[in-house]
Amino acid sequence: MAKITLDNLAHSYLPQPKGPDDFALKELNHDWEDGAAYALLGSSGCGKSTLLNIISGLLVPSQGRILFDGVDVTHAPTAERNIAQVFQFPVVYDTMTVRDNLAFPLRNRGRPESYVAERVNEIARMIGMEHMLDRKARGLTADAKQKISLGRGMVRKDVNALLFDEPLTVIDPHMKWELRTQLKKLHHDFGHTMIYVTHDQTEALTFADKVVVMYDGRVVQIGTPEELFDRPEHTFVGYFIGSPGMNLLPAEVSGREARIPGGVTALAGDYRGLSGKVQLGIRPEHLRLTADEGLPVTIHRIEDVGRHRIIRADLAGHDINIIAAEDQAVTPDMGRVAIDPLRVNIYADDWRVAAA
Amino acid sequence: MEKTVNHKAWFLVLPVLVLVAFSAVIPLMTVVNYAFQDTFGNNVFFWHGLGWFEELLASDRMWNALWRQLAFSGIILAIEIPLGVLVALNMPKRGVWASVVLVLMSLPLLIPWNVVGTIWQIFGRVDIGLLGYTLNSLGISYNYTQNPAHAWATVIVMDVWHWTSLVALLAYAGLQSIPDAYYQAAKIDQASRWKVFRYIELPKMAGVLMIAVLLRFMDSFMIYTEPFVVTGGGPGNATTFLSIDLVKMALGQFDLGPAAAFSLMYFLVILLISWVFYTVMTNLDKRG
Repeated sequence: MAKITLDNLAHSYLPQPKGPDDFALKELNHDWEDGAAYALLGSSGCGKSTLLNIISGLLVPSQGRILFDGVDVTHAPTAERNIAQVFQFPVVYDTMTVRDNLAFPLRNRGRPESYVAERVNEIARMIGMEHMLDRKARGLTADAKQKISLGRGMVRKDVNALLFDEPLTVIDPHMKWELRTQLKKLHHDFGHTMIYVTHDQTEALTFADKVVVMYDGRVVQIGTPEELFDRPEHTFVGYFIGSPGMNLLPAEVSGREARIPGGVTALAGDYRGLSGKVQLGIRPEHLRLTADEGLPVTIHRIEDVGRHRIIRADLAGHDINIIAAEDQAVTPDMGRVAIDPLRVNIYADDWRVAAA
Repeated sequence: MEKTVNHKAWFLVLPVLVLVAFSAVIPLMTVVNYAFQDTFGNNVFFWHGLGWFEELLASDRMWNALWRQLAFSGIILAIEIPLGVLVALNMPKRGVWASVVLVLMSLPLLIPWNVVGTIWQIFGRVDIGLLGYTLNSLGISYNYTQNPAHAWATVIVMDVWHWTSLVALLAYAGLQSIPDAYYQAAKIDQASRWKVFRYIELPKMAGVLMIAVLLRFMDSFMIYTEPFVVTGGGPGNATTFLSIDLVKMALGQFDLGPAAAFSLMYFLVILLISWVFYTVMTNLDKRG
């Protein structure tokens, strides 16, 4: 296990990148703490797979260095880095038995057969596949195959980090929970450094200690699930995390007041000297539909998703979403929305501004 | 569920039956007819039973042709399959060159059989052929019209030249279907090149290779045009394969009875061997 340091790292798939737009991964400095579980979250094409492949050594970055415990491995081949990777589609060696699959990385490294047998049994127990060790990997279900790839990654004791590239994409929903829980448990028991790439916020938020949100080739925020929810540093984080995402309204902010479409709302802090595109961000959870408080809205429709209701409404020409708890009544006379000032975030040019 | 019985439905199938009978069954039956009877012309037939079959099986002629045929098919399979795989492994996977190579590889497959024969017939000639003349100028005695070994070598090289592309293209298609993740996982697992081939590429190619082996076996087992054009079955009977022998018998000697019996046995042998190939290979596939 190791601490992984990204130093001035950037990557472009073009041989001669001209501007920042040519970079799939923009300049990045970051330490992945030893033994922590990270999720790398972002929409498709934001550079998260590129970053993962650079860490695993399948890709050499155009610039910058990558260090494992302070040792430069930027140009070291994959095999030397001692990392394990689980891919989106389960990769198993079809013609081998489950046992041989698990033993493969150890045998390739010339470990003695007695050690291999011991480790394979240990790992099989860990991933719950002891009873099918002698079956051919071909014909197993997708989640069994994915467990094998995970097991193949962990069979090496000295593995520096476990990387996951959207590993649950092809798994049935009910198995997703089980595998994810198993992953968390494995992390808890063995303390590998884990980096988990996904575009599914639920996966990211339940799996990781820290979530790294990427947008357009850039890391926009690194934080705990709670931080991402309460204080999104970038409008993308606000919009991407949450279901539905944060409401963003154009605003003119002066002091402790913000003028947004439909009226003026109070702010908890004092904001001064804002420039550029100023927006007010408020999560649907922190809006309240009322009869006599706040700004007037027109309700388009109400979606009942079980645990709560999502109210799709219109605030002076802008779509906003409001979440009403299950036990909260929504009556026809409720034509106003109240904003909780404590939960408001203010953004200038998409980045969060702290109150003065 | 109770089925409705309606015998008129048979009339709907009738056109197909007539068509198949006309195009396949009746021609085949005339061959069967000749195989079990003898005639002195004028459409007067005498029952001969298994006479022609016994006569053929007792003579060396068909057996020799069969052994030659098996040897030929065996050798070209042993060369074309590994060579085709090797070529496919070295073909570029993407980019402009992938398309260029694909087109180049398909070229031999587009040339008509007798043209291939003619190309090699001339190419190998000692007096004017580039290959024959060059070899002899280098002091290597080579003459496919006189030396049986040279005739065999020429016919085999010609077949390899003509058909390895097919195997390569099929294998290439199999290789292209392997996701990159497999190669990346193999790198992470520190698998050697050989193991990547043995455990990733070969299993993924197995299906198409099975088709390649079957196709190449059936095709080579029925080969006629190319050796006929190049060697005419000679020198002597050295390259007289089953088809060539059959044509000699049927058209050269006009022995229609034995030729018909020959045809039927030929057909059964191909059917049998193909079936064995298929069964063995699908079982291998299942056991994985």
